[in-house]
Amino acid sequence: MKIAVLVFPGSNCDHDAYHTLKHVLSADARFVWHKESDISGFDAVVIPGGFTYGDYLRTGAMAKLSPVMGAVKRFAAAGGPVIGICNGFQILLESGLLPGAMIANESLKFICEYVNLRTETSTTPFTKQIPEKTVLKIPIAHYQGNYFADRETLAALEANGQVVFRYCDPLGNASPESNPNGSVGNIAGICSKGRNVLGMMPHPERCAEEEMGSTDGKRLFTSMIEWVEEKGK
Amino acid sequence: MKARIYVTLKNGVLDPQGKAIQRSLSHLGFEGVEEVRVGKFMEVGLASMPREKAEVLLQEACQRLLANTVIEDFRFEIEG
Repeated sequence: MKIAVLVFPGSNCDHDAYHTLKHVLSADARFVWHKESDISGFDAVVIPGGFTYGDYLRTGAMAKLSPVMGAVKRFAAAGGPVIGICNGFQILLESGLLPGAMIANESLKFICEYVNLRTETSTTPFTKQIPEKTVLKIPIAHYQGNYFADRETLAALEANGQVVFRYCDPLGNASPESNPNGSVGNIAGICSKGRNVLGMMPHPERCAEEEMGSTDGKRLFTSMIEWVEEKGK
Repeated sequence: MKARIYVTLKNGVLDPQGKAIQRSLSHLGFEGVEEVRVGKFMEVGLASMPREKAEVLLQEACQRLLANTVIEDFRFEIEG
């Protein structure tokens, strides 16, 4: 299987994602420049974090216009797994591949720290190996991670089980105190209706090895790889 | 011709920046400033074209790029 790691001007977690996939998980990961308009032949897409186009206008607002995003839309529509991490999540929101928008953290501070996430569903390609209610320790690093959606969109997300991760305390309680950025409903990650597109603010690619303080992030990628392999059978 | 575009946060969308500015104004002694909401102002230079055409162009530009209508409203004025 081949995994595309997209690279935009200003991406800065592309090498972390590549490292985790290629060197930790021995997967066939390839960098794909944003000007590429054909991603056929790939089995999964990672949109990494960073500050694409210097966050001009809004986070992800410029990147959504890159040729590769047209290809990602077609790939996602055909059911292919896509994970957008941090700025990658913001790009997915701006592209309309996921509902809602990001605003500045309630504290107006850039927050870089480990947080706890409660897994809300195992029915996505990225969480199939992670039982529901599992608490994962994964770091965040963002200024614009305060997820917002209007009431109807939120109700639809909840009704369809599209909330994949919520910020929580170490015991799994999604309390106001464990919400680092003010996101509605403590939402840290959501998936598409088809469940194959995941956007999340925390960085699983940063915690796939013991020396990073947690290996929980690895579980999302091993899930994704298993999902693709099973689908191919 | 020129256009002035105003992009503002929708009612009900939290504006942490506006809140911080409001608090700062209070600290400076500006009494009675109850709320600040921060938006964007853009000046756009346009080739001369019929006004109706400019309106359609700006409407679409705002919807597709200049505003994120999930969280923002927009309005514009055309001059000349």
